Amino acid sequence: MITPRSWLPTPLLTILLLVVWLLLVRSLSLGHILLGGLLGVLIPLATRRFWDAQPHVQKPWLLLRFALRVLGDIIVANLQVSWLIINPWRRMRPAFVEYPLMLEQRFTITLLANTISLTPGTVSANLRMDGKTLLIHALDVEDEEALIAEIRERYERPLKEIYEC
Amino acid sequence: MTVFVLLEGVISLLLIAGGAFIFIGSLGMAHLRDFYMRLHGPTKATTLGIGCMLIASMLYFWVTEGKPDIQEMLITLFLFITAPVTAHLLAKTGLHQKLRHADKTRGKPLELRPEEVGEKPVPHPDRGHG
Repeated sequence: MITPRSWLPTPLLTILLLVVWLLLVRSLSLGHILLGGLLGVLIPLATRRFWDAQPHVQKPWLLLRFALRVLGDIIVANLQVSWLIINPWRRMRPAFVEYPLMLEQRFTITLLANTISLTPGTVSANLRMDGKTLLIHALDVEDEEALIAEIRERYERPLKEIYEC
Repeated sequence: MTVFVLLEGVISLLLIAGGAFIFIGSLGMAHLRDFYMRLHGPTKATTLGIGCMLIASMLYFWVTEGKPDIQEMLITLFLFITAPVTAHLLAKTGLHQKLRHADKTRGKPLELRPEEVGEKPVPHPDRGHG
């Protein structure tokens, strides 16, 4: 028996794929709507084994604020790193920092790791699930405790509030 | 007409900023000390630089052809989604290969455990194995 659940496991993803397809081909013809719909059904089916269960967004407006903050941080921090690279008298203090995770779900941890990698100066390097630590390589650290506290306050707490409560 | 002059300024600024970011990112890749430090330049400064250029392109065609084109925004979005994943995988590969890091680096990278190197298979916790 074919239930909607079995061939359409993620309806939101299907709609998203359809919209992205229509935007990419820049047309609203019936043919493209059908093709986009077909892709929207087939791609989730083909990739479903890679998906982890996604937690519900508890507070969507906080998610928007979080996205804007990250975008702002990316720009500001990029300027700082650029200055570090071109400043001839720079003295960088690279460091590996072990970050103790507060988040528990894989999906949220992925988001946090991506955020850390996107904001310049830090790259997430290794995740250890059992020890619940994330290894971060940072380009210029003055104080490791301060770095951990900053990530905790700026990114991890909002993410926890948005997804895990 | 002043609106067009203003827009021209914004577009030029975005193009120049984009070029500068890409150049500095590449410079960082060329002359920083070790693998992990070199990773920082191209993964982020360059991503932001390309983002600036794509937004400039979108603005330009919006102004000249009169209708907004969302494709550039999509490219930017995809870049911002994929860049951190690539960076993470590269850094992880570096750890697995035990690449040398600059001596002044503080803190040590964790010793990878057997199950992380893949010598011992790990059951997937969600799938009911094991």
